[in-house]
Amino acid sequence: MATSSTTGRTTGEVRVNGEARRLDLDSRVTLLDMLRDHLGLTGTKKGCDQGACGACTVHLDGRPVVSCLVLAAQCDGREVRTVESLARDGRLHPLQEAFIRHDGFQCGFCTPGQLMSAAALLAQRRASSADEVREAMSGNLCRCGAYPNIVAAIRDVAEQNGTAGDGGPGAARNGAA
Amino acid sequence: MSALTYVRPDGVDEAIALVSADAGAAFLAGGTTQLDLLLKDGVIENSTLVDIGRLPLTGTSLLDGAVLRIGALTTMADLAEDPVVRERLPFVREALLAGASIQLRNMATIGGNLLQRTRCRYFRDRTVAACNKRRPGTGCAAVIGPARMHAILGADQNCIALHASDLCVPLVALDAEVRVQGPGGERTVPLTDFYVLPGRSPDVEHVLGHGEMITHVDVPLPPATSRSRYLKVRDRASYEFALASAAAALVVEDGTIAEARLALGGVGTVPWRAGEAEEMLRGVPATTAMFRAAARAALRDPYTLPGTAFKVELAQRTLVRVLEDLAEAAS
Ligand SMILES: Cc1cc2nc3c(=O)[nH]c(=O)nc-3n(C[C@H](O)[C@H](O)[C@H](O)COP(=O)(O)OP(=O)(O)OC[C@H]3O[C@@H](n4cnc5c(N)ncnc54)[C@H](O)[C@@H]3O)c2cc1C
Ligand code: SF4
Ligand code: FES
Ligand code: FES
Repeated sequence: MATSSTTGRTTGEVRVNGEARRLDLDSRVTLLDMLRDHLGLTGTKKGCDQGACGACTVHLDGRPVVSCLVLAAQCDGREVRTVESLARDGRLHPLQEAFIRHDGFQCGFCTPGQLMSAAALLAQRRASSADEVREAMSGNLCRCGAYPNIVAAIRDVAEQNGTAGDGGPGAARNGAA
Repeated sequence: MSALTYVRPDGVDEAIALVSADAGAAFLAGGTTQLDLLLKDGVIENSTLVDIGRLPLTGTSLLDGAVLRIGALTTMADLAEDPVVRERLPFVREALLAGASIQLRNMATIGGNLLQRTRCRYFRDRTVAACNKRRPGTGCAAVIGPARMHAILGADQNCIALHASDLCVPLVALDAEVRVQGPGGERTVPLTDFYVLPGRSPDVEHVLGHGEMITHVDVPLPPATSRSRYLKVRDRASYEFALASAAAALVVEDGTIAEARLALGGVGTVPWRAGEAEEMLRGVPATTAMFRAAARAALRDPYTLPGTAFKVELAQRTLVRVLEDLAEAAS
């Protein structure tokens, strides 16, 4: 048997933002709570905690998922990327700069999730039109209603770095990064 | 909830044995239904989750060029990209992409989608006492209301819980079959017989026994000349459950319908095959008048409440629109 937790705890190892982290947690702990409460990575936000709002979006093995509906135990041996991995060497990611330029947020609570979904959609070249961006970002809600500016920020980066894509049938739909 | 044991077995047989042997155990696939109900709503109880998410039941294969076999652990996102689905089953792809969000489709599996639980908010709210599905014999809070995202077909005063899957709507129209493996061996169940109407026992939703695992879903491909479409009508443009939806595959020859496969979503306690409407359309001209008559037949004898009565008209219009679009494309 690959993994078992007889005592209600789970052990294992997960790579978070490129770093190997040991898991030794209560089996009920979600990936979201592991990141925030156990690893101190509080960039990822808890909105609904029920899979509905997208605030907790991270990349699991390169694909955006909602971390509130994943058990930490399910991530054993897998790769997680959070919003903390976007800025490199003290420089913001182009998407982060564009969100600032376009006022892509007000309170900022949904922003980490928006950024992670946006990063995946650029990697998939799915930003050929505002409609395509809206559909691809529909799993990320914003209570402040910054939607038009979020779409503008994403389109801006896509056009700058040529990742808008043609939106044709070849454009993959799983948002893998 | 109390302590949880998490197990990740190496094989299908081991996974089945683990769940079969333990009344408190359940399979965990993508987790988007199971973890929601268990950890968040607290309306189901499990002492053990058997994680089947990494078992090699992913991807598709084509049997005799006629049947698409889908591994139960294929994600919704991956199935939507499958070349055969793109080419031969456009309405399956449309239904997949109309469901949930990118994040959830990356997690959710096909087997889990078939077994998703109702979104009835009374079912998902532990503080509501009356729910025959959650606690048999307690009554139904939804019929007292308010009800809106609920079923009108296959429903009665005992339970009006909607089966909210989009994917199942085209699958039931295509006579898909569910391949099941359990402690007693393997069996195949037509999707049209897989679900159980609530009747007097709304807690019983399907024919699977405890410990039985869906391994594959087999989908017979429609004729190459068939055109198909899935239309989902909802409160938001995207990322919302259906108020009504329709899946249709038509073969139209010289303006006459040679073959029709129809099913409805957003209205049934189970994914709703519109068999009588199919019969009515076979061999008749592809006209709006015929489509309307078929749609009326599909919505015959609904069980409606003030909050759900609008669905009778909405579902008919949804079905007629899909049929009109397909007929237009064929002319
Ligand atoms: C916010 C939100 C929005 C959604 N919107 C939509 C929508 O618009 N349209 C739609 O169709 N769906 C929608 N869904 C439902 C979603 O599609 C399902 O939750 C998902 O498909 C379930 O798959 P899973 O792999 O996550 O299943 P899990 O949660 O892992 O499992 C679900 C159930 O099936 C059992 N199970 C899983 N796999 C197997 C198997 N192979 N054999 C036997 N038993 C098994 C589990 O024990 C459990 O009881 C939504 C869900 C959420 C949370
Ligand atoms: S409709 Fe069914 S699930 Fe909802 S409250 Fe009534 S009995 Fe429970
Ligand atoms: S916190 Fe996970 S989707 Fe809302
Ligand atoms: S900026 Fe406040 S929720 Fe989006």
